[in-house]
Amino acid sequence: MGIRFILMVNKQGQTRLAQYFEYLTLEERRTLEGEIVRKCLARNEQQCSFVEHRTYKIVYRRYASLFFLVGVDNEENELAILEFIHLLVETMDRHFGNVCELDIMFHLEKAHFMLEEMVMNGCIVETSKANILAPIQLMDKTS
Amino acid sequence: MSGGGGPSLMDSLFQRTLDDLIKGIRLHLPGAAQSSFISKSLDEIRREIKSTDSQTKSTALQKLTYLHSLHGIDMSWAAFHAVELTSSPSFLHKKTGYLAASLSFRPSMDVLLLLTNQLRKDLSSTNQHEASLALECLSVICTPDFARDLTPDIFTLLSSGKNSIRKKAIACLLMVFSQYPDAVRVCFKRLVDNLESADNVQTLAATVGVFCELASKEPRSYIPLAPEFYRILVDSRNNWVLIKVLKIFAHLAKLEPRLAKKVVELICDHMKQSEAKSLVFECVRTIVSSFYEYEFAVKLAVVKIREFLLDSDLNLRYLGLQGLLLVAPNHLWAVLENKEVVIKSLSDVDRNIKLEALRLVMSMVSDDNVVEICRVLIGYALKSDPEFCNEILRSMLSTCYRNVYEIIIDFDWYVSLLAEMARIPHCQNGEEIEFQLIDIGMRVKAVRPELVRVGRGLLIDPALLGSPFIHRILSAAAWVSGEYVKFSRNPFEIMEALLQPRTNLLPPSIRSVYIHSTFKVLSFFLHSFLLPGKGVNSSLSNFVDIEPGFTYSESEQEFTEIDHATSSSGLNKRDTFTQEAVVNMLTLVITSLTPLAESHDVEIQERVRNVLGLAQLAQQEISCNHDQKEKMVDKVDLKTSIIIRLINDALSEDFGPVSFSAQERVPVPNGLVLEENLSKLDSLCADVQLSISESFSLVKPILLPTDGDSISNQQNEEESETSPAESMSLLAEHRKRHGLFYLPSDHNKNASSSFPPANDPNQRDNDVEDLVKLTEESLVLKRKPSSSRPRPVVVKLDEGERLPITVKKTDENDDLISGAVRDVLLGNEASLRSSNPSGRRKGESHSKDKVENSETGNLSKRRSKHRNHGKNVEDKEENSEKSKKKSGGRHKARRRADGGIDVAVQKQVIPDFLL
Repeated sequence: MGIRFILMVNKQGQTRLAQYFEYLTLEERRTLEGEIVRKCLARNEQQCSFVEHRTYKIVYRRYASLFFLVGVDNEENELAILEFIHLLVETMDRHFGNVCELDIMFHLEKAHFMLEEMVMNGCIVETSKANILAPIQLMDKTS
Repeated sequence: MSGGGGPSLMDSLFQRTLDDLIKGIRLHLPGAAQSSFISKSLDEIRREIKSTDSQTKSTALQKLTYLHSLHGIDMSWAAFHAVELTSSPSFLHKKTGYLAASLSFRPSMDVLLLLTNQLRKDLSSTNQHEASLALECLSVICTPDFARDLTPDIFTLLSSGKNSIRKKAIACLLMVFSQYPDAVRVCFKRLVDNLESADNVQTLAATVGVFCELASKEPRSYIPLAPEFYRILVDSRNNWVLIKVLKIFAHLAKLEPRLAKKVVELICDHMKQSEAKSLVFECVRTIVSSFYEYEFAVKLAVVKIREFLLDSDLNLRYLGLQGLLLVAPNHLWAVLENKEVVIKSLSDVDRNIKLEALRLVMSMVSDDNVVEICRVLIGYALKSDPEFCNEILRSMLSTCYRNVYEIIIDFDWYVSLLAEMARIPHCQNGEEIEFQLIDIGMRVKAVRPELVRVGRGLLIDPALLGSPFIHRILSAAAWVSGEYVKFSRNPFEIMEALLQPRTNLLPPSIRSVYIHSTFKVLSFFLHSFLLPGKGVNSSLSNFVDIEPGFTYSESEQEFTEIDHATSSSGLNKRDTFTQEAVVNMLTLVITSLTPLAESHDVEIQERVRNVLGLAQLAQQEISCNHDQKEKMVDKVDLKTSIIIRLINDALSEDFGPVSFSAQERVPVPNGLVLEENLSKLDSLCADVQLSISESFSLVKPILLPTDGDSISNQQNEEESETSPAESMSLLAEHRKRHGLFYLPSDHNKNASSSFPPANDPNQRDNDVEDLVKLTEESLVLKRKPSSSRPRPVVVKLDEGERLPITVKKTDENDDLISGAVRDVLLGNEASLRSSNPSGRRKGESHSKDKVENSETGNLSKRRSKHRNHGKNVEDKEENSEKSKKKSGGRHKARRRADGGIDVAVQKQVIPDFLL
């Protein structure tokens, strides 16, 4: 199913956002996140952005202090996922203005909302920043 | 507002917001302080969430969702409250409810049932944002019940005027199909319609995404849609869409060569023109994995791969290596062309890149260059960090083992390579090396002298005993030295090595292998001394006589040849086995092993006592003889000699490898139900139980030390040339006596229910024939057609024997989906065009259909199983094909049940304008 999960993790390894597109129990999630974070955060800038883990391929990218990790299945195009991560960051940046870890922490619901606009069932369904943000802006206006 | 135990007004007024909670968590240090803060907050949440005020409830749920998502707090207890909130008139509260549901609900929750109505209401809401909330939630938590009940609503949304809703409904379909395949019959036509309406890129992207997923599971059903996909490949300018369409074609082209021919040029155009690296790489991947027959396309792809390999961007280099790996199986020249890049990548800083490079290097290995490549790799292994070093060793071992040492010509070299690996400081592949050393010993007769030499080298090095990683290898070396001691130049030296003091560092299981090997060495030594020229094992030089052409079936001949050799080299040998040497050896054995006779380990104790028993007996008799040298001639009559002759006869038989499927290949007699409870037979069998155990003497009692699985697996082998006839006659005799208790194995008879006749004269012959056939098949010797260097014979069974092949289980649901898709695409299109989406009854009738279909499927499977009993042997040999056949059979059964469309499916109607 393309994308299987999306994680945002800070430099200390704390999860800041976790969205799964397949059902895993809390325990499974916790171990999976632990393994992946340990694996990816140990890598440095001179190493590539793709890591194989269990049946997943992890495509990750670091922006400032935040790691964006996307777990995909083996068929997925790695470069497209990198582009997706960049699009996600740009979209958040446009909404929050100079997005940082705290923005995502304090507006977790919004972050999920954006993700849901972009990805459904592991498929990327929206790539226009304006379209992604339209419902959120509407919501902000009315509330 | 406040009730008994419920939240008070004060609670609502001074409720902590989500922001307060987050700030609080940040204030407390991770650890005890933080978790006590969290549990305090949880208590508050438990109170607040019961509030009748939906604002309070919503905030509580928000906080709980946050704790669940980021701190792993269980929130299943709050599921009902989440459902409650989804029905709130306020959009914000509804959103909180749905988010909580999609993040935390699991498929087995009872509370899901309560959500059905709310979902339906929201799906048909005029507010598009409400509908999209419901769709998003459904796409995550969809269950078969939801899918069945809500299919009509989703169907309606598939043609919604609002693009944002339409695309979400499409994306949601994937989940719905997988949960409830019958939804395909209702929704598929509209899904295809969305493929054709290219007015909106996002809708198209969602549709293509769904097809890509469906096609990856069962591509065949989607071939009829190829023209649609082709048009998208020509028209679309959106890279996301193009990538997905390429993936679809990668699946379809494998099945339909005419399609490949049509598409390949187009893909090449994209590859040449596109600026986007992701699209270029997807083109490359598609070409090299599915269009590898088109030379020009592959050449172009390899050019692109080279660009990637030489790029400064690390990610592109990694993908370049991956691309090469995909090309390798069909176009090895591409790898060889880029050899230097690959080798250079072996020393990259990035472990992932190194791994890819290693895989590539292994893909280049052939029988010509294996020696050279292994030499290079050993060099890298010595330089690398322990983890990667073992990775290298592991892949070398597995590559060389592939197809039973297919690429190895010079086994002497390979055996010494294994020993070299063992001595690499970081080596942790002891288990595999152990397996291969023993395996080669059993399979390749010609290499045994070298094997013993290598084993000696390992055994006599006291330093190796200190490293626990090598213990397994030492165990193999000890076993080899004992089993093939006749090739040893100096058995005394081996005995010393096996008994050296540092062996007390070994774990008991391996030490018992050592001790048993001393037993073999000792009995060989005594035999050579006492019975010169009388045995099969007595010549030191007999390995000279073994030609590579020898096979097991010829071993009778071998024995006679060895006897000749013995008589000619008799003099030579007598020098080694002098009286003095024997006495020395016996003393050595007795002094070293006596302390171990009291060992707490049962294995060690038992084996030590065996050895000591023999040694003491021999010592008595031989030292008696020592006084009267003239009586030497009578050596043959000594008690020891008799025992030694018996032991040697027992030990002299060769062990060969056993096929993992050997057991399975014994044909099940017709009509015998293996899984039935046989308790009723107890009374019948009571008086014949003894003879039953006699009759199953097919497998000889294990004579050798068993240590770990890998050895014992191999040791269960029966002697190839003697046992079948012997055991068959035993079996036949037994059957003659107790034929009444066996079911007839007459293959021609299908009537399994008919009662077996008391004494069937035919059955015996059949059994014998089967067994003969079985033993013939289980040992097939393959000889390589004359190559420049002669390759020794490798005993090889006819299939991969180490791991039982697991039959790939096809997902029942995927089958159902593809079946339904075919029906829609090829069968009753007309009826579906007019089908009424609102009928839930329709879905039900289909599900009834499904049950019937699966019943017919099962029935036919069962029938075919009966038919197959007789030819089990062939069946097992082609496991993969069988599984294909099986799924094919299932399809066929369904097609038959559906009626009419059978022919259409098989022919794969594809419109002419494309092909």
